[in-house]
Amino acid sequence: MNFDLWETPTVQADGADEGCVTFVLHDEDHTLGNSLRYMIMKNADVEFCGYTITHPSESKINFRIQTRGGIPAAEPLRRGLNELSDVCQHVLNTFQARVNEFKERQEQPME
Amino acid sequence: MAARRENVEEIRNRVILGEFGVTNVHTTDFPGNYPGYDDTWNVEKFQKNFRIDVVHLDENSMEFDMVGIDAAIANAFRRILLAEVPTMATEKVFIYSNTSIVQDEVLAHRLGLIPIKADPRLFEYRNTGEESAEEEGSEIDTIQLQLKIKCSRNPRASKDSSDPRELYLNHMVYSKDIKWVPIGNQADVFADCCIGPVHDDILIAQLRPGQELDIVMHCVKGIGKDHAKFSPVATASYRLLPEITLLEVVEGEKAERLKQCFSRGVIDLEDINGTKVAKVVNSRLDTCSREVLRHSDLKNVVKLGRVRDHFIFTVESTGILPPDVLVTEAIKVLVAKCQRFLNELDSTAME
Repeated sequence: MNFDLWETPTVQADGADEGCVTFVLHDEDHTLGNSLRYMIMKNADVEFCGYTITHPSESKINFRIQTRGGIPAAEPLRRGLNELSDVCQHVLNTFQARVNEFKERQEQPME
Repeated sequence: MAARRENVEEIRNRVILGEFGVTNVHTTDFPGNYPGYDDTWNVEKFQKNFRIDVVHLDENSMEFDMVGIDAAIANAFRRILLAEVPTMATEKVFIYSNTSIVQDEVLAHRLGLIPIKADPRLFEYRNTGEESAEEEGSEIDTIQLQLKIKCSRNPRASKDSSDPRELYLNHMVYSKDIKWVPIGNQADVFADCCIGPVHDDILIAQLRPGQELDIVMHCVKGIGKDHAKFSPVATASYRLLPEITLLEVVEGEKAERLKQCFSRGVIDLEDINGTKVAKVVNSRLDTCSREVLRHSDLKNVVKLGRVRDHFIFTVESTGILPPDVLVTEAIKVLVAKCQRFLNELDSTAME
């Protein structure tokens, strides 16, 4: 089974164990790598999660996930991406609300 | 057991600034690391603890606090602000005439670095496929600017003046001399927002009589990762909230010296029963120089640290977009990155 994440073939699955997979994410660096690693590590089913930048001249990262209990590794990856996306959405909503509040407070002394 | 519990809390929440190094730097609250703590990701707990406080906001810079988030995500926002929020900047410079003493390539480099006031969200990326066919660029992805200026002698200057401002006309080429040339329907679409350089007073070149510049520039959309000219922020940075704890009562002359060790406004001297006692008033103002640890009698009185999940962001915009818009765009870029990989995962799962 091949996971083609963004064009070029990726995957190194260790034998038949779907729970230990290395994903290659292209055109990514510490920006997504570290934040995604944090979200996936917060998952109790994940035994190991880490990423490396193979070479600084190539913009791709090797993202490794090892799960407990035979769970396929794509599942915590998908869940981590969803959770990170939700975190960003919440941060965005909170930020916009607070900025609007601040702007309104600034208008008031002038009235 | 109570003391150990406090120590654990400190390891989990604080970065300690010691005399010779900084300890407790890494995030350790992952599930399984601490017995008795449930560190699994919990959306409700995150949303309850998370808050943003805007301290200062004007058209060019803003300072805000983000509390309750991890360094990995805060750093991702900072990196995106610097390198992945798109803007418009001059990419191709067509030099029809340059008789100034500034070399062509140096002039082109300078023109590229001038910030262009155009909302990048209204433009598309230029298709880099067939360069020769798409050389001119279209109205949805290109802005055309023109710089046409000639220096001449001022006929009305007095005979014995030596001031270039009097002797010559147009001898300093400023960014206000760059004019926008609308292509296609841009004149209608951007009728009210004047497209051009953000600042009028950027000196581009100096000329003397007879020298002229006749240049056409094409601006395209790009990101800071490609070239720093596309970065929308002068800078974007964050620092962690400092925390200063006094371990014992400090009075009198010692308190005076303690106050000098920190930035102004951090420590105040209170008058209690006639003696001056030091009190931490506002640790946020401290620059964490750790000066107090250089004095042998003061270093054991104070505990210096930083709160690990409280980030004080400072965003300075170059003027293309207001700083609060930049932060929202940066957060959207991170969401888009996650979506991209989710779509990839879904499409490969179909196979």
